[in-house]
Amino acid sequence: MEQTVRKVRIGNYDDLPVSLGKAVVVEDKEIAVFRLSNGNIKAIENKCPHRGGVLSEGMVSGEHVFCPLHDWKINVSDGLVQAPDDGCVQTYKTTIEDNQVYVEVPEK
Amino acid sequence: MEKKKLVLIGNGMAGIRTIEEILKLLPDQFDITVFGKEPYPNYNRIQLSKVLQGDTEIKDITLNEWQWYEDNGILLYPGETVTKIDKDNQMLYTDKGKETPYDHLIIATGSNPFMLPLPGADKEGVTAFRDIEDCEKMIDASKNYKRAAVIGGGLLGLEAARGLLNLGMEVDVIHLADYLMERQLDRAAGELLQKELASQGMNFYLEKQTAEITGKKRVTGLKFKDGGAIPADLVVMAVGIKPNVALAQESGVEVNKGIVVNDHMETNVPNIYAVGECAEHDQMVYGLVAPLYEQGQALAKHISGMNHQGYQGSVLSTQLKVSGVDVFSTGLINETAETKSIKVFDEWQNTYKKILVQDDKLTGAVLFGDTKEGTKLLSLIKKGANVEEYLESQQGADNGESIVTSMSDDEIICGCNGVSKGAIVNSIKADGLSSVEEVKGATNASRSCGTCKNLVSELLTDTLGDEYEADTKESVCACTDLTRDEVVAEIKEKGLTHTKEVMNVLEWKTEEGCSKCKPALNYYLGMVYPKEHEDERESRFVNERLHANIQKDGTYSVVPRMYGGVTNASDLRTIADVAEKYEVGMIKLTGGQRIDLLGVKKEDLPDVWKDLGMPSGYAYGKSVRTVKTCVGAEFCRFGTQDSTGMGIQLEKKFEGLNTPHKVKMGVSACPRNCAEGGVKDVGVVGLDGVWEVYVGGNGGTELRQAELLVKVKSEEEVLEYTAAFLQYYRENASYLERTSHYVERVGVEHVQEIVNDDQLRKELNERMDQALGTYKEPWNEVLESETTLKDLYEKVATK
Ligand SMILES: Cc1cc2nc3c(=O)[nH]c(=O)nc-3n(C[C@H](O)[C@H](O)[C@H](O)COP(=O)(O)OP(=O)(O)OC[C@H]3O[C@@H](n4cnc5c(N)ncnc54)[C@H](O)[C@@H]3O)c2cc1C
Ligand code: HEM
Ligand code: SF4
Ligand code: FES
Repeated sequence: MEQTVRKVRIGNYDDLPVSLGKAVVVEDKEIAVFRLSNGNIKAIENKCPHRGGVLSEGMVSGEHVFCPLHDWKINVSDGLVQAPDDGCVQTYKTTIEDNQVYVEVPEK
Repeated sequence: MEKKKLVLIGNGMAGIRTIEEILKLLPDQFDITVFGKEPYPNYNRIQLSKVLQGDTEIKDITLNEWQWYEDNGILLYPGETVTKIDKDNQMLYTDKGKETPYDHLIIATGSNPFMLPLPGADKEGVTAFRDIEDCEKMIDASKNYKRAAVIGGGLLGLEAARGLLNLGMEVDVIHLADYLMERQLDRAAGELLQKELASQGMNFYLEKQTAEITGKKRVTGLKFKDGGAIPADLVVMAVGIKPNVALAQESGVEVNKGIVVNDHMETNVPNIYAVGECAEHDQMVYGLVAPLYEQGQALAKHISGMNHQGYQGSVLSTQLKVSGVDVFSTGLINETAETKSIKVFDEWQNTYKKILVQDDKLTGAVLFGDTKEGTKLLSLIKKGANVEEYLESQQGADNGESIVTSMSDDEIICGCNGVSKGAIVNSIKADGLSSVEEVKGATNASRSCGTCKNLVSELLTDTLGDEYEADTKESVCACTDLTRDEVVAEIKEKGLTHTKEVMNVLEWKTEEGCSKCKPALNYYLGMVYPKEHEDERESRFVNERLHANIQKDGTYSVVPRMYGGVTNASDLRTIADVAEKYEVGMIKLTGGQRIDLLGVKKEDLPDVWKDLGMPSGYAYGKSVRTVKTCVGAEFCRFGTQDSTGMGIQLEKKFEGLNTPHKVKMGVSACPRNCAEGGVKDVGVVGLDGVWEVYVGGNGGTELRQAELLVKVKSEEEVLEYTAAFLQYYRENASYLERTSHYVERVGVEHVQEIVNDDQLRKELNERMDQALGTYKEPWNEVLESETTLKDLYEKVATK
């Protein structure tokens, strides 16, 4: 069965700081939204699979964010934890329309 | 089936190696018990020379950690001596009254140092050089006494002598023969060696026999047979060792010079074996680890029931482990009517080589000055190689090829552990090894005397090519092959101003670096260009970006500035009010004499700061953190100086300074040192009319005592020398290198030389003032910037 999604507007593209993350609360979830230096917007679950670190506060390098708690390296496009650690986080699709940023979350 | 009981007497190098070999062959076959007289786990006795010479420390020479015994289910009784073996009932008895039965018993009790039975040999200040205790005794003696006499000019004696020189003593070496190391060297090499050591400050008395050790309770000197005498307040006897066989002998095991064993290391008593320096095989007793390890291997195979030809005796080689002096010797070295020799003496480079040939075969070699060929010669001699083979291999070496390239796979690289080139290369390839440490872990090569480290390193280069070269110098991180110094030099030379620019111009392997290099580059840029560099918030770790400490649940802690740890009623009241208003999770005093408000939500941080109205306490940064102070002269009955005042001045001056890693300080007003300056990056201690400044202490992960940098008279000077030290550290340490590591690495003497140079100190202070001139109080800066508040502190809620 196809999972239906809901587009949630999270704000103005220009308001997102470059090369940094931002925590966004959507219903009961917290999502980390990153504006990468190449201009792309990425969104992942804001919770490190290691011990729940707040990924939106991590250092961002290229396609990766480094968890602020114990430095796990996580790809913000596919959500995969990089070696030597192991794991993954939920990713969310993002779109930009009229300078507005949307995150697609599964419909309940 | 019940496991067989295997008991080892002697927790030393040969015995434990035997156990390791047995565990490799049959991991779960035996119940293993080990008795060791010394209260340590098995350590590398060989490295005691390096400990004495100050190149390493006792804690670093352990070969098998306590954990190893536990992991392998070995019952270890450290500090317990076996006093009796009942061979008929297969029982052991110890000095602590323990009785233990055995099925197999290995005796590996090593040797005792041979103490000349001279009058006075029992005086205080006379020691051997055999174990950790002897080593500590010498190190202690060097602190209170000046003159050492070493009896014995062999390997052990010379290594001890060099160690004592390094410990600041004047050293006389007394030797019976007319040249040094006469058992391993020929006269030419012995004399070269003596010249070299004399130039290092050793003093020699050759052809002297000691007749008496003089003194009352403690030794005061030596008297020679020929009537001469010298003063000494420490005497080290290094005249030889004798196998430790008393226990075996009393228990009815056959003993000659050592405990007599056959090719399977069996004694004449069933189920009792002997290995190591205490064993005598084919009328030979060995005193070097290589043969002992071969014995251990043979015994392990035998006990494990493997078919095996047994131990066949060994060809020995020796190297002197004195830094700056390379000596190697192996095989037969004395010329006779039947031998011919190849001799090369290069007076200019001060190297000497002699190779003995008999019936066209290599039989022995002595090298002085350049010992690179040593392992190669040893393996050629071991296999009885023809002189032609050696001469051919020489040509490769002359072409500038690494010596390991021309070695065949079965040639031995690590003599102590008998590890061949082939074994190392295979392991490098199969196990993906890339460092000497890893090779050591996987193959044992270079685990004992360490002299083959260079060869192992060359093998890594040879096998892995440039890949390895790059790894050996410590690069900033995996994103680049450049070292910290190279990067800083490029930043200065090319005028780079932004982390991304550095990464581009210096061809980083990753697009935007990583969590290691980004903050490091940001720091280096700020250090090089204090005025021009614009700090990059995205290159800052979260704590420094948000100016608060992240906690495990994503909340933050707030520590307001409290100069010198001194506060007042009104500040405390404000803090209490804020804590209540924002319902902080915990209020706690920190280790640095501050008040910590824990569990603050990120969104609340700006308001908390505004309500507090105090500057940031910088408890989160790679920066000057806190200056702890003691009560000091104002109140304390012991106080000699105004420590709180001094501390406040220091903290006000260096507040907010970015440093490679955190910097903690302490100021006390007397040597009781209540502010614990002995474990601070900068510790200041006030005495009557004097301030002592200590640096490089650490009370954290790796405890390190701070070392005295300077003694000064005035408070201004404390500030001036501290500034010079901190600036020098800022300019030269790697990012994330604490002062403790830095000072350890470069040596406090070096730092002293710099800060005591009036001109340099002045310049360092000028550059420090520039750096301090850019400081802006960060909490206030945040409160004043709409965009920062929005970008960093606001959480987005959606509908
Ligand atoms: C300073 C120094 C430098 C050296 N340098 C080199 C070098 O460069 N190259 C090299 O190859 N070799 C070197 N050696 C020699 C090498 O360390 C020894 O050959 C080796 O340690 C011998 O091993 P072992 O197991 O036979 O004896 P040990 O390592 O001495 O072990 C025997 C252990 O048994 C314990 N013991 C004795 N009796 C009892 C008992 N009744 N009950 C319980 N425990 C007992 C002893 O306390 C000791 O701990 C050096 C030695 C010294 C002291
Ligand atoms: C780069 C890898 C890792 C780093 C740097 C790291 C670091 C840390 C640190 C610093 C802590 C203490 C943190 C705190 O108390 O808040 C911790 C705790 C812990 N880590 Fe990791 N860790 C890593 C990998 C792992 C892995 C792979 C696992 C499990 C598969 C793991 C499991 C744990 C557990 C269970 C704790 C809690 C231990 C306790 O509370 O006693 N960690 N880690
Ligand atoms: S260090 Fe000395 S002066 Fe300072 S409080 Fe302690 S005892 Fe008093
Ligand atoms: S919580 Fe992310 S690395 Fe530990």
